[in-house]
Amino acid sequence: MEVVEKKNKNKKYKPILDGIPDWPVYQLSKNRKEFIEEVANNSIARVKELRPTTKQLIDELQTTVYREQQRMKRNRWRVDPVDEPRFWASIKEDMVGLDTKPPEEAQAKAEEILHRIVSRYANEIAGNFNASSYKVTREIVKFWFSRLLNGARVKKFGAFFRNRYTLRDKIHIVGKVKQLRTLATKGTVIMVPTHFSNLDSILIGWVIHSLGLPAFIYGAGLNLFNIKIFAYFMNSLGAYKVDRRKKNLPYLETLKLYSTLAIQKGAHSLFFPGGTRSRSGVLEKQLKLGLLSSAVEAQRNLYIDSLAKDEEVRKIFVVPVTLNYHFVLEAPDLIDDYLSVKGQDRYLPEQDKYGSWQLLQFLFKFFTKGSNISVSIGKALDVMGNYVDDNGNSLDPQGRVIDTRDYFISNEQITIDKQREDEYTRMLSQKIVSEYHRINRVFASHLVAFVAFELWQKKHPKLDLFGLLRLPEEDQVIPYEEFRETCKRVRKQIYKLKDEGKVYHATHLKGNIDLVIRHGLDNVGIFHLKRPLLLNREGNVITKDFNTLYYYHNRLVGYDLEKFI
Amino acid sequence: MTLKSLSDDKPVGVIGAGNFGSVVANLLAQHRKVLLYARDEKVIQRILETRENRGHMMHANIEPINDLAAMARECNVLFPIVPSEHFRSMMKQLSPHLHPYHILIHGTKGFDLTLTNGQSMETITKLNRSQVKTMSEVIMEESVVVRVGCLAGPNLSKELAANQPAATVIASHFNEVITLGKQLLRNDHFQVYGNNDLVGVELAGVLKNIIAIAAGALSGLGYGENAKGLLVSRGMVEMIYLGRALGGNTKAFLGVAGIGDLVTTCNSSLSRNFTIGHRLAKGETLKQILESTDEVAEGINTIRITKKCADYYKVRAPITNTLYQVLFEDLTMKQALRYLMRYPLNVDIDFL
Repeated sequence: MEVVEKKNKNKKYKPILDGIPDWPVYQLSKNRKEFIEEVANNSIARVKELRPTTKQLIDELQTTVYREQQRMKRNRWRVDPVDEPRFWASIKEDMVGLDTKPPEEAQAKAEEILHRIVSRYANEIAGNFNASSYKVTREIVKFWFSRLLNGARVKKFGAFFRNRYTLRDKIHIVGKVKQLRTLATKGTVIMVPTHFSNLDSILIGWVIHSLGLPAFIYGAGLNLFNIKIFAYFMNSLGAYKVDRRKKNLPYLETLKLYSTLAIQKGAHSLFFPGGTRSRSGVLEKQLKLGLLSSAVEAQRNLYIDSLAKDEEVRKIFVVPVTLNYHFVLEAPDLIDDYLSVKGQDRYLPEQDKYGSWQLLQFLFKFFTKGSNISVSIGKALDVMGNYVDDNGNSLDPQGRVIDTRDYFISNEQITIDKQREDEYTRMLSQKIVSEYHRINRVFASHLVAFVAFELWQKKHPKLDLFGLLRLPEEDQVIPYEEFRETCKRVRKQIYKLKDEGKVYHATHLKGNIDLVIRHGLDNVGIFHLKRPLLLNREGNVITKDFNTLYYYHNRLVGYDLEKFI
Repeated sequence: MTLKSLSDDKPVGVIGAGNFGSVVANLLAQHRKVLLYARDEKVIQRILETRENRGHMMHANIEPINDLAAMARECNVLFPIVPSEHFRSMMKQLSPHLHPYHILIHGTKGFDLTLTNGQSMETITKLNRSQVKTMSEVIMEESVVVRVGCLAGPNLSKELAANQPAATVIASHFNEVITLGKQLLRNDHFQVYGNNDLVGVELAGVLKNIIAIAAGALSGLGYGENAKGLLVSRGMVEMIYLGRALGGNTKAFLGVAGIGDLVTTCNSSLSRNFTIGHRLAKGETLKQILESTDEVAEGINTIRITKKCADYYKVRAPITNTLYQVLFEDLTMKQALRYLMRYPLNVDIDFL
């Protein structure tokens, strides 16, 4: 049984810019050398600002060298360049006796060393967008996905080479698509999706392409570049490299400036502001402020730059996106991670990893069964979290136009105030979080998981989370009637929330409740070896895996639905 | 001529020509030109003619004004100091003229209450934070201004007017606002401290009103210093419990805006809240008191709202609860005190 998404607009979108040479990311890679130089120079200025005295600067350099040598000793990756040990050894040599030199000489020398370090970092971070390999990658992904789709769906020989189904049938893009496309021509877009699965980056890449938008740049973990084939794809997609092992000040500043300057130059960007995948399955509540602050900073710099030139300022638009799945491939591992951190010794994870066979099984199930993914594009925000209209004007809640520049003005002048901008970043992140909850789409599978878990919780009010997860098997049954009534009640509340503009739901949530429950049970964690929810022989609800049930349940936490259980 | 020197001449606005508003205007006028907004045309005329308002001589740098739009145009920094019950409607009027470059530092110690259709203060039994807002939250909700601050501390108008030594706290998430507030207010008799816990400082200022009424009651009953010491310390504990439930941190309550303001109000027979408590203890009813005064005592409203919040968030707040019964039900002050003295809670401090 498959409940189709009725409102799905399976529309094809024309590219908003004709040729790849018009894309900002292409421009960036064409002028790669100049851009890297600019990043390096700005980073040096920033580090000098943060470490104003010669002594502080030298201390910082010494810490950096020490940490880098420790890293090379303990944790070397395939992707690390071979000349690395030599480079740091020579830096270390040059640092010898630096603090005994006269201050002016020492300062000059230290700056020269800083320049070498920062340039190296900038070079390492910089992406390598390549138009022809971008096209190749795009075609490969499209080709194989549709082959897989058609081969699996139509079980007839030869279907493999037909194009009856496309990814568009599987992945629904809903929300403010038109606005996103318009704004991408008027300003710089920063897309900030939720992060649940490793599939997210691939999915978002496909979404961006299929909406006719030029490639976005994004920071990908350097560890992904260890795998050669991945490195090829990443490079071609405009990814820049983020090395999470390096925590020293010059590196962090260079990384942030790379992102800030790229945004300033108009490169559309993609951040996962939650940092890593949500371990518990809860919608992101706390965002990483580092990268977000580069949006605020870039906008301020654009306003400052515009003082000298007499042209219109390119505005930055932040677009929240939620990805909604019936299943998350790595859910069991993620929730294990979460529970063992949270529970310490009260939680003992079971060892149960999946291999390539499970992955294939999953892909096959994904393409054959009616399990869809939906991507909700939220309303665009300015860097202060105000909604913007289709012309890019920021609006206040009463619909009056706000000049975003005014936020950076004090005493009639645009000023740089780090503390103020940190606060702005915090406000922006709160707004993004509340937008996530608002544009989140409730699936039937989220509903059944939520109701089932909460019902068990309610039946055992004295048990804490970890006690509940160890509930004996004979207690893990919910009579279908009770389950059905509760689902109905909670669904009613979800409708109400939708009318208040606080959440969305998939169209398949409507209609006969038995069918909705069936759809939910069939889809929740569809590929897991142990299903989080199913019906037993008597037709009552049982679970085979309490932990993953808890994970899927968490998706609906934060809407105060518990009261309706 | 640079822009900077130009803006230094920009006047500062004060909205509300009440008692505290007038004092703040006088403090600001020592550094800058001040525009003082009053709703009432007569007040403006009186200030223009006699330079007198609410018993204060107004500084020569102060210009009374009746036009909010003009004020927002002329000033980048505004100090709204109007009673909490009028605060939101004032913000609604002011909001169309405000821009994100404006900075607002308010001096109102009260709660804003939003009830939906059909609800009234008499019928509703519990209140939560989506209905009860501090003034900074009202400013943010009603306007595009984000650089918001608040002014709180032991600031009895009469003593400030007499140039006696005193201090205040400017609380804001923005250091910029705190620095500016210091520049504008500080003088040889007036010390200004900064705090980043905006909501905490606001809550300290609001919740202290409750204890001030209790202090008035103790004095009305004729009790001495032991009783007052008991009240200040237990009142502090209650404020902290309530404050944390409503979104503040403990620290804000231990500073000038918390303990500082509390000690002052509990010892001062000058404050309106104190007077109310005093008269209640002497046997008058709330109705009689309200009929005989036109000044706003924030404390009454604060008790009413806070009691219902305490019920919602399940905070133990014996002083607030008994005062609520005295004000709105039929408990006498004597009975209230007897009840409190028998209250079975006897842990001294359990929140640090």
